[in-house]
Amino acid sequence: MDLQGHSRPADHDHDHDHDHADITKSSAPQYYSIMETAVREILIEKKMFEADEIRRQIEVLDSRTPALGAKVVVRAWVDPAFRARLLANGRTACEEFDISFYDDTQLIVLENTEKVHNLIVCTLCSCYPRPVLGLPPDWYKLKPYRARAVIEPRSVLAEFGTIIPDDVEVRVSDSTAMVRYLVLPRRPEGTEDFSEEELAAIVTRDTMIGVVPATIAAGRVKQ
Amino acid sequence: MKQEAEMKNEIASMVVTAWGEQPIFQVGDRIRIRPRSPIGHYRVPTYLRGKRGRVERVIEPTGIDNEQEGFGRNAGSKLHYYRVAVPLNEIWPDYVGSPRDGLHIEVYETWLERI
Repeated sequence: MDLQGHSRPADHDHDHDHDHADITKSSAPQYYSIMETAVREILIEKKMFEADEIRRQIEVLDSRTPALGAKVVVRAWVDPAFRARLLANGRTACEEFDISFYDDTQLIVLENTEKVHNLIVCTLCSCYPRPVLGLPPDWYKLKPYRARAVIEPRSVLAEFGTIIPDDVEVRVSDSTAMVRYLVLPRRPEGTEDFSEEELAAIVTRDTMIGVVPATIAAGRVKQ
Repeated sequence: MKQEAEMKNEIASMVVTAWGEQPIFQVGDRIRIRPRSPIGHYRVPTYLRGKRGRVERVIEPTGIDNEQEGFGRNAGSKLHYYRVAVPLNEIWPDYVGSPRDGLHIEVYETWLERI
């Protein structure tokens, strides 16, 4: 893979006894793609950093997935003392389990309750709790979600199938500067006998963004 | 040995903190997000400027100003960020939904004024 995530022919060395879709990017590179390449090459040439450092950072990001966040959420569900520490300081609680933050961001964990439903967004760009969830989904970065999440959050949630009763407060957290947010979904009823692995299976990425609740059905779909 | 609280009180009466070390706003303070329109890199979304809310949390520790960081100017300018709560019907007068629904955001100290 190159830095834009395109496969190179050199990575693809098995025998060809089948046809498949074009695996190289056949259209001309776009404006920002060209700019990124130019800036990167200049900075490497100026010895601001080396290509290997970029590769390493991509590995850092690739190692972060919603499965990490799910482990943290499940721990909070089964360990009340950890839950308290997680809500008091999300970053230091995650660091207890050696989830490193590799930057100066803080993490605030937002607890969903019977009376409060949390939703996270970044209206300016794509701030996201990457250290614990990895890269955000595409829709999170697109303008319709970013604008509508703060204008009509209940309608946005309804489109995800999440109907919030009128007596439940909707809290939208717009992450813009040095704080990232992670939603701590409610543990669904009927999961008292679940193992931590079974619980982790129902803590999907979207439950930690706050667009859907954690449900037992979500675990079945995933399996 | 003295109790920790007693020692803290004694030290508090001795130590003068530098400007910026202590948060200017406290939890519960009523604030307005300043309606400035600076040129350059900023982190306070336009839809919130001039809106009134309250301080929900003082974010520790202090941080650098992202708006300065954007130009590579970081040194020695740390202040507090505050998690601020603004009712959605304060932002959008025709907001449909519970009047308790709110927008929560971290805002740098220089963008807040007391009301």
